[in-house]
Amino acid sequence: MNHTLDARNLNCPLPILRTRKALNELASGDRLTVLATDPATAKDIDSFCRQTGNTLVDSKQLGDHHSFVIRKG
Amino acid sequence: MNTIASLSPTGTGTTDLDAWFDQRFEQKMAERDASHVPSMTLIATKGTLDMAYPPFILASTAAALGWEVSVFFTFYGLSLLKKKLDLQVTPMGNPAMPMKLPFGPEWLQHQEIHIPTLLMSTPGFQAAATGLMKKTMRSKGVADIEELRSLCVEADVKLVACQMTVDLFGMDKDEFIPEIADWVGAASFLPSAQKADVNLFI
Repeated sequence: MNHTLDARNLNCPLPILRTRKALNELASGDRLTVLATDPATAKDIDSFCRQTGNTLVDSKQLGDHHSFVIRKG
Repeated sequence: MNTIASLSPTGTGTTDLDAWFDQRFEQKMAERDASHVPSMTLIATKGTLDMAYPPFILASTAAALGWEVSVFFTFYGLSLLKKKLDLQVTPMGNPAMPMKLPFGPEWLQHQEIHIPTLLMSTPGFQAAATGLMKKTMRSKGVADIEELRSLCVEADVKLVACQMTVDLFGMDKDEFIPEIADWVGAASFLPSAQKADVNLFI
């Protein structure tokens, strides 16, 4: 299952907290796409995934925002 | 030569036993790391709008990482636990605080405004500075303190309050949110801090 979280225009630590909340609702193996504009999110979301046993599958800049794909561990 | 094997009377099998031990040790350490839940204890001592952010940001983020978190609120930090938050901020005595307008033409918003200290002591100045800071935070997508605090509560961050502070300042416990896990003193905080991986004084 693919889900999307729009965390654009939110600042630290909200994108991470919303990501955590969204992942809690998902099953293992599900994918979550996170959209964010906070520039620190690129590094923070990577660190978050490493700590929490989730996998950052994709991370890219799309125009004015970042897009991340996380596979729930 | 202080390995156990080297003490054996025959002196044989030293290398095998060392290798076995190293392997077992690594395996056990890896198991221990895998089952270890990181923990953090914070001490929140400040009650201004700006200094309310670090404890709640760190606590909510650590909880999102799956850590066990407890925050000990003492002295002015206790005002962060009031039901009705009325946190203020002022550049008075805080010369590093940038003063910029959160509205108006773009060029003006980027200008840092230098305010003479004497002017900062005029009535209403602190309320105005607080209002501008809140407006700036909203426009930049920074969460308000109420929101961060409820996210902490939701994520089972343990909020602990200093008993001595309420006695000292004659506060009424009914002024505080009911989610406070405990009213304690230093002797209760320290043992949990001793076991935590991260301790910060804010």
